[in-house]
Amino acid sequence: MSITYLEAIREAQAKLLRDDERVFIYGQDVGGTFGGAFKATKGLAKEFPGRVLNAPISEDAIVGTAIGAAMQGMRPIVEMQFADFSSIALNQILNQAGTHYWRTNMPIPITVRLPSGGTKGSGPFHSQSMESIYAHYPGLIVMTPATVEDAYTMLIEAVAIDDPVIYCEHKYLYYHLKADQLPEKGLPTGRARIAREGRDLTIVSYSAMMQESLAAAEELERDGFEIEVVDLRTVKPLDTDTVLASVARTGRLLCVGESFPWGGATAEVIARVTSQGFHLLDAAPQRLNAKDTPIPYHPNLWSTHRPNAKNVAAKARQLLRE
Amino acid sequence: MLQTAQRTAKSKTKKAASAPSHKTGADKAAPPHDRFLEAFRWMLLTRTLEEKLVSLYRGGLITGGVYIGKGQEAVSVACGLFLQKGDIFAPLIRDQAGRSAFGEPLLDVTRTYLGSRLGPMRGRDGNIHRGHPRNNELAMVSHLGAMISVTVGTLMAKRLKGDKNFVGLACIGEGGMQTGSFHEGMNLAAVEQVPLVVVATNNHYAYSTPNDREFACRDLVDRAIGYGFEGYSLDGTDLGACLDVIGSAVKRVRAGRPPQLVVASVLRLSGHGEHDDASYVPEEVKRQPFARDCLKVAEQTIVDLNLVDAETLGKWRKDAIAQVEEAIAAAQQEPAPEGDKEDWCALSNRGLADQPESPE
Ligand SMILES: Cc1ncc(C[n+]2csc(CCOP(=O)(O)OP(=O)(O)O)c2C)c(N)n1
Ligand SMILES: [Mg+2]
Repeated sequence: MSITYLEAIREAQAKLLRDDERVFIYGQDVGGTFGGAFKATKGLAKEFPGRVLNAPISEDAIVGTAIGAAMQGMRPIVEMQFADFSSIALNQILNQAGTHYWRTNMPIPITVRLPSGGTKGSGPFHSQSMESIYAHYPGLIVMTPATVEDAYTMLIEAVAIDDPVIYCEHKYLYYHLKADQLPEKGLPTGRARIAREGRDLTIVSYSAMMQESLAAAEELERDGFEIEVVDLRTVKPLDTDTVLASVARTGRLLCVGESFPWGGATAEVIARVTSQGFHLLDAAPQRLNAKDTPIPYHPNLWSTHRPNAKNVAAKARQLLRE
Repeated sequence: MLQTAQRTAKSKTKKAASAPSHKTGADKAAPPHDRFLEAFRWMLLTRTLEEKLVSLYRGGLITGGVYIGKGQEAVSVACGLFLQKGDIFAPLIRDQAGRSAFGEPLLDVTRTYLGSRLGPMRGRDGNIHRGHPRNNELAMVSHLGAMISVTVGTLMAKRLKGDKNFVGLACIGEGGMQTGSFHEGMNLAAVEQVPLVVVATNNHYAYSTPNDREFACRDLVDRAIGYGFEGYSLDGTDLGACLDVIGSAVKRVRAGRPPQLVVASVLRLSGHGEHDDASYVPEEVKRQPFARDCLKVAEQTIVDLNLVDAETLGKWRKDAIAQVEEAIAAAQQEPAPEGDKEDWCALSNRGLADQPESPE
């Protein structure tokens, strides 16, 4: 058997609907026989009548509705058609869901699924990675699964968590990643994973950038370098301890993320390592992000805009020389 | 209009601020006018409370803004009065009367305004940004329009859970009606056919902006058709009309009719907040019929129809003052929150809180 990242997301939702009557799925085109723009909910409306609900093109109201339902004890899963459109729902996510527990002592257990990141030809408005924006605001947990197994267990975990979870699922990984089977249980939420061990340099990454980082590590292995690759899994909370422990082994740090370069997850990792582990560093830490422009449409431009195995490897080589 | 008070919606059993009792001198009028008099007493309590809050603010005893509902008490009280246990109420900034009638204790108000650690918001949020979501009084965020869809969501959840006989009522100003969020929420409410009443109070200003810079349609109530709501206009200065129109709207959604939009017309008889002298409101506007003070109009009705005698009215007034004084005195003695003792964690799941700094 072989199961894709996308199928894992569908399976997780099927299991959640099966096991927990508080769960329902809400979003554009998720219901009926259609099953979502990416088919992440295919067949679920039929299997779970009345619990996979189509919504109008109203991102603000979709999330607002999920928040209201959560107040009444439900566990809504919202599917944004594309992460990019969650900008319309930003207010409900940040100001309503993110503040509610702090203000009123009542947590809001919603899960917002964001089909994230670039794929060829998708252009400026169907390619964004928004984890850094959501991580910036208080009151939210931001998950960025990089493997099929994590896509499955982390989504189940997201719904179990009483607080709002932004679940960034990467569209490039939907079909590119496969696993033999789905695990019962994953690492605890908030724990990073050492995806590959090494002692010369640490690459910290998450989501689809893990693929590029691992490929870069393999290329460098051919030149005799042992690269450690850390998968953050959740960018918030950020597992600083695991990162620091890795940097303690390697002395060198490169962070790779797909969101825009000003601030964000990679900057946060570097800020923490420099302030808490300055003495561990043998060279100035580096990072790679997407370019500071809107995301281009053309494949040639797109593949240059985001970090890729080639420029991750080049950056790593540079850092290894220092 | 007063005959509308004859409607016999079930009276709420539990009132947090002490509920008006109707042992009045006006025996002949007592049963039919019960609702009117009960509403009047909530309005009186609200006016008394808010006047007191204003004077505390002027005396520098309240940090942050004070926002009152002067001139809107009749509309607001009707919003709270017809809701029963299990119903959802989403009040906004001028809904003290509705909040009280819905069951919000006065102490919630004074604790929040005065920054008591023991209040529902514990100093983390202030003034009208308060609520008790566990008691179905939603805690508004500032962003206008955003509470409509949240209310829709509570109602959808109740339906999914199989609850019966519930309704939701959300308040909005004519300014907030112009947001995209409001529009999305209204449309969704109709698509889902949830039992929602939206009461829009056109007080003719959004902060300093008059109606003609806010919208260009003939009448806001016409929008009901576009949304798939049933729409009703209301003279918000007339308590009897408020009870009638809003009470009927609540009844209709409870009976399974489509969502209801009530658009009430009043004038905001205060600044936007107490920091604002509202000098931009022309004298001519203040002479319009919608500029009448609903509390005075209601009191005049009581006097004209001799519903209760002057002595009783005086007693009610005194009682309102006593309740307000008590709630303020209590909150004033309570501890304030302290920064170095605060629990700086925005997640209920403490184990998942991010640690940006090392523990040392
Ligand atoms: C989305 C949004 N923009 C701006 C504000 C700032 N603001 C607070 S109240 C207000 C005026 C609201 O007018 P209206 O909705 O008519 O209510 P009223 O104050 O008249 O009761 C404004 C502009 C806000 N709260 N929300
Ligand atoms: Mg207004």
